[in-house]
Amino acid sequence: MTAPVRSERPSIFDRFTRNRRGLVGGLVVAIMLTAGALAPALAPQSYSSQSLLNRLQPPSAAHWLGTDGFGRDVLSRVIWGSRVSLEIALFATALSLVVGTAVGSVAGYFGGGVDTAIMRAADVFLSVPALFLILIVVALFGASLANTALVIALVTWAPVGRIVRSECLSLRNRDFVHAAAALGAGHARILGRHLLVNALPIVIVQASLLLGQTILIESGLSYLGLGAQPPLPSWGNMVVEGRQFLASAWWIATFPGLAIFVTVLGFNLFGDGLRDASDPTLRGHSP
Amino acid sequence: MEPGLRTYILKRVGFAVLMLVGVSIILFTIMRLAPGGPEAVLIGGEFSQEAAAQIRQRLGLDRPLALQYLGWAGGALRGDLGRSFKTGDPVAALILDRLGPTIQLTFGALALALVVAVPLGVVAAVRRGTIWDTLGSAVALFGVSFPSFWLGIMLILLFSEVFHVLPPSGLSEYGREAELAARVRHAILPTLTLGLIQMASFMRFTRSSLLEVLRQDYVRTARAKGLSGGRVVWRHALRNALIPVVTVVGLSLPTLVGGAVLTETVFAWPGIGRLAVGAVFERDYPVIMGVNLMVAAVVISANLLTDLAYCVIDPRISYR
Repeated sequence: MTAPVRSERPSIFDRFTRNRRGLVGGLVVAIMLTAGALAPALAPQSYSSQSLLNRLQPPSAAHWLGTDGFGRDVLSRVIWGSRVSLEIALFATALSLVVGTAVGSVAGYFGGGVDTAIMRAADVFLSVPALFLILIVVALFGASLANTALVIALVTWAPVGRIVRSECLSLRNRDFVHAAAALGAGHARILGRHLLVNALPIVIVQASLLLGQTILIESGLSYLGLGAQPPLPSWGNMVVEGRQFLASAWWIATFPGLAIFVTVLGFNLFGDGLRDASDPTLRGHSP
Repeated sequence: MEPGLRTYILKRVGFAVLMLVGVSIILFTIMRLAPGGPEAVLIGGEFSQEAAAQIRQRLGLDRPLALQYLGWAGGALRGDLGRSFKTGDPVAALILDRLGPTIQLTFGALALALVVAVPLGVVAAVRRGTIWDTLGSAVALFGVSFPSFWLGIMLILLFSEVFHVLPPSGLSEYGREAELAARVRHAILPTLTLGLIQMASFMRFTRSSLLEVLRQDYVRTARAKGLSGGRVVWRHALRNALIPVVTVVGLSLPTLVGGAVLTETVFAWPGIGRLAVGAVFERDYPVIMGVNLMVAAVVISANLLTDLAYCVIDPRISYR
């Protein structure tokens, strides 16, 4: 007997590594996550150490990205700032995926009244402009990490739920699901072991795209003064502080914003690459 | 009108009203559950418990939550959204005052986005795999990755600080009487900011929708008849390809209005978004409720109209 031959079809991993844009995105994401995790070791200076003699210095060998209005090193603050953004983004995305996946799979699997009720609730959440709702909750309840993450999850679960639902709708009538039911598998087992496992690639793709979105939302909140409070740096509040020096010191507002853009671009490229790898027929089709 | 369609429309309108009620209840509850209230902002500094209680009573905040809601909803039905806690002005008047600039900004951005995105999407689909396609997907990708407030600031840096060709902000200083030229000059950067962000999804949708349609048999028939490529695309394919794009435009309204909040803040644009931000910081409940209800109403009606437009544009869709 010979060992069973695996199919010749390239694996998701193989297809992903051949996707140059996806790889670049993955690399950017990895660099940013590392920077956030190792901020204390990587940042040349503390995020709060001031030096009024060194105010508003342009980028130089000593301060690669220049210094801000308090003489603080902009590079160090950008590195520290990645922590705040990424923490909230990871937390909010995890929450949104758990809720969206649970709700969406139940709606798609059971269908009927359950499906209608859940999807109508999703419609209500989709029709409130997200930023308005987030603004209200964060301003009234306080801008803690937990509050911000919770409310971002509150406005982002609905699209995830819709996507998971439609995936489960199309999976539930497949032969392997009928076979599992015929063998006596209960609802929980079919959902967990058969539907969700097959919907997983789509959920992972959503995770990557959602991380980019939540970083944008968080930075917007910070910009409005509803994120991390000074002196703790977040990319959004650094842009606000740089705004007043725009005419004399362009680097203060420019680099933190660039960090947001590059990180979000990285997550989007990574997500697109993953989607193309997991299902080549979807290439270029997503909104 | 056939009966099926009429029932469908009635059902959809009924549901839209229900949704609006749902949104208002959610908002009302969230606001009243929040710790702290408007009294701290109104009095400012130190204050006694009695003074706070007095203010809460004057504003009607001491009544049971359900009664407060019913009182507010009753007024709202008659078009009375209450008065601002802070200034005492009628909320409806405050909103009307700020509505014009926001409508100008969002519709300008929407028009700009469509004018650029649809042709770019068409070219990207027709010349699939060429440099145009790559350019199109770059625009789409950048559009969804830019933080709008930063894009706005970078545009200010470029056009106001470096080249000194456009004003950075401050439409409010000129007010309503400002001459047209000044108003247009002030509108360019905010509209560009919001439009660039919005372009991405329109362009992606036009491209993928047109690619889908170009594969259809009737397109092949049109080609086989000997029609030129351009005629086939613009006269035959694009019409059908734009149907899903209409939906996306309708669905993009929440993002557009949300984006207006940040854009208005960056450019000191005297619109609804800044009104909302200010009200939230001052805990001006009636203004928060009024603005959000109005925005939700606009979004819900836009979704409703999109769905109904669908029935008219595409007779194949069945109403259930």
